[in-house]
Amino acid sequence: MQNKITVENLNAWFGAKHVLHNIDIGIQKNGITAIIGPSGCGKSTFIRCINRMHEVVPKAKASGKVMVDGTDIYDSDIDPVDIRRRIGMVFQKPNPFPTMSIHDNVVAGLKLSGVKDKKKLDHIAEESLKKAALWDEVKNDLNKSGASLSGGQQQRLCIARALAVEPDVILFDEPCSALDPISTSKIEDLMMELKEKYTLVIVTHNMQQAARVSDYTAFFLYGKLVEFGETNQIFKKPKEKSTEDYIIGRFG
Amino acid sequence: MKWNKRKIIDRVMSVLTASCVAIAIIPLLSILYTVTINGISAINLDFLTQIPKPVGEPGGGLGNAIEGTFIVVGIACLIGLPVGILAGVYLSEYGENRFGRIVSFVADVLTGTPSIVAGMFGYTFIVLYFGSFSAIAGGVALSVLMIPIVTRTTEESLRLVPGSIKEASLALGIPKWKTTLYIVINTARSGIITGVLLSIARISGETAPLLFTSFGNMFWANGLDKPISTMPVQIYTYAITPFPEWHAKAWGGALILIILILILNIGVRFVTRKKYGM
Repeated sequence: MQNKITVENLNAWFGAKHVLHNIDIGIQKNGITAIIGPSGCGKSTFIRCINRMHEVVPKAKASGKVMVDGTDIYDSDIDPVDIRRRIGMVFQKPNPFPTMSIHDNVVAGLKLSGVKDKKKLDHIAEESLKKAALWDEVKNDLNKSGASLSGGQQQRLCIARALAVEPDVILFDEPCSALDPISTSKIEDLMMELKEKYTLVIVTHNMQQAARVSDYTAFFLYGKLVEFGETNQIFKKPKEKSTEDYIIGRFG
Repeated sequence: MKWNKRKIIDRVMSVLTASCVAIAIIPLLSILYTVTINGISAINLDFLTQIPKPVGEPGGGLGNAIEGTFIVVGIACLIGLPVGILAGVYLSEYGENRFGRIVSFVADVLTGTPSIVAGMFGYTFIVLYFGSFSAIAGGVALSVLMIPIVTRTTEESLRLVPGSIKEASLALGIPKWKTTLYIVINTARSGIITGVLLSIARISGETAPLLFTSFGNMFWANGLDKPISTMPVQIYTYAITPFPEWHAKAWGGALILIILILILNIGVRFVTRKKYGM
């Protein structure tokens, strides 16, 4: 299998605070890579560097190489807007656009990049909602507010919204931390389906979740990548002492 | 019941605050009552659709003043709304610097400017320059009052839009300017519209800025570069005359003005009833 994303010597800062140190990692195509580690270890910052969302925060900067399909996304002639269209993101708290209907939420990305064909938009909205396993629950309420859905449905709406712009990588930043167990398992099932076509990276605090869904796991600590390998190996035979300590719950 | 110091203080303070509410409300109710009693008899169809008649002739109305108020306030909106809203967008989205903070502070100071100063501005820069009182000068003077209000309310409403909404949009590959224009402003629109309507309500009743800008006119509007009649100035003109029948017309005009502003305020309530319960 080839790498979809290759990260070389990535460093990131918030102002003077150095939050990621020399990260080297290769993320496989069509699989789920879990990023685990205690709070504040740089997991979220790491995935936000992969779609150039890190630099949206004032005073944040990053250096190093992030190669996606062989192109460095930090190259000076690359527009971050194009990168974000190819690499979607789902956030910790569901964040549908509160003043838009369910339908408009899903196609917001396309509409604002100039797609006007109503038939095409309706079709994509339906397809995306189906892929996000939400269609059956909302097909009669497409004109209702996105904010009227439950937390778990809102999160799947956000996934549908990310899918609608046809990315090939989707980053999940603790997508289930605000959800109940049933909604969580729905999102996990959905991720298992999506990995056939997309490359998924998930940041999670939930050890069982990482073990359940991911193919590869990376353990971060204090802004450094401690260990990276197949999920089985990381959870059963970690090479590093700190990985083992974290997984069995001795800290974090 | 046992009376101790704490309970007595509690009772005294309750009575005191309640009386202050009454004191605050009495002038308002008294104004509404007096204006309605004195004004209602002057109002009829002619009053709303005719132009004033000379003293002594019965009939006539404030039609031209109503028309003029809409024209002058309309001009103020054409200037004030784009400038005010875009300045608010700048302060909220790009104003995290020294310049932004200074503009914010100046806008706050301008909100409290005596309105006669806005009139002097219009007089100095428009009336003297073009050599004539005009509807445009009145509109410019009112827009000076309007801009800081709209700027600050727009800025405040945009600041209330959660960062997570902006991030959601940026992460979809929507450029920052489109995110601001279509997502952030759209999310904050009820707050912005509220600010706009309140600023219109505020300027519609202003008299001082219009006295020496739009001046006044006893006929229908005949050009934006000509003096024009407006409700507040017409009321003022009628009120300072010695003729009782013109006093009655001034009361009627005041009542209509209050009703117009009341409608705007009800409009604010209607707009702020959230469509999608956020």
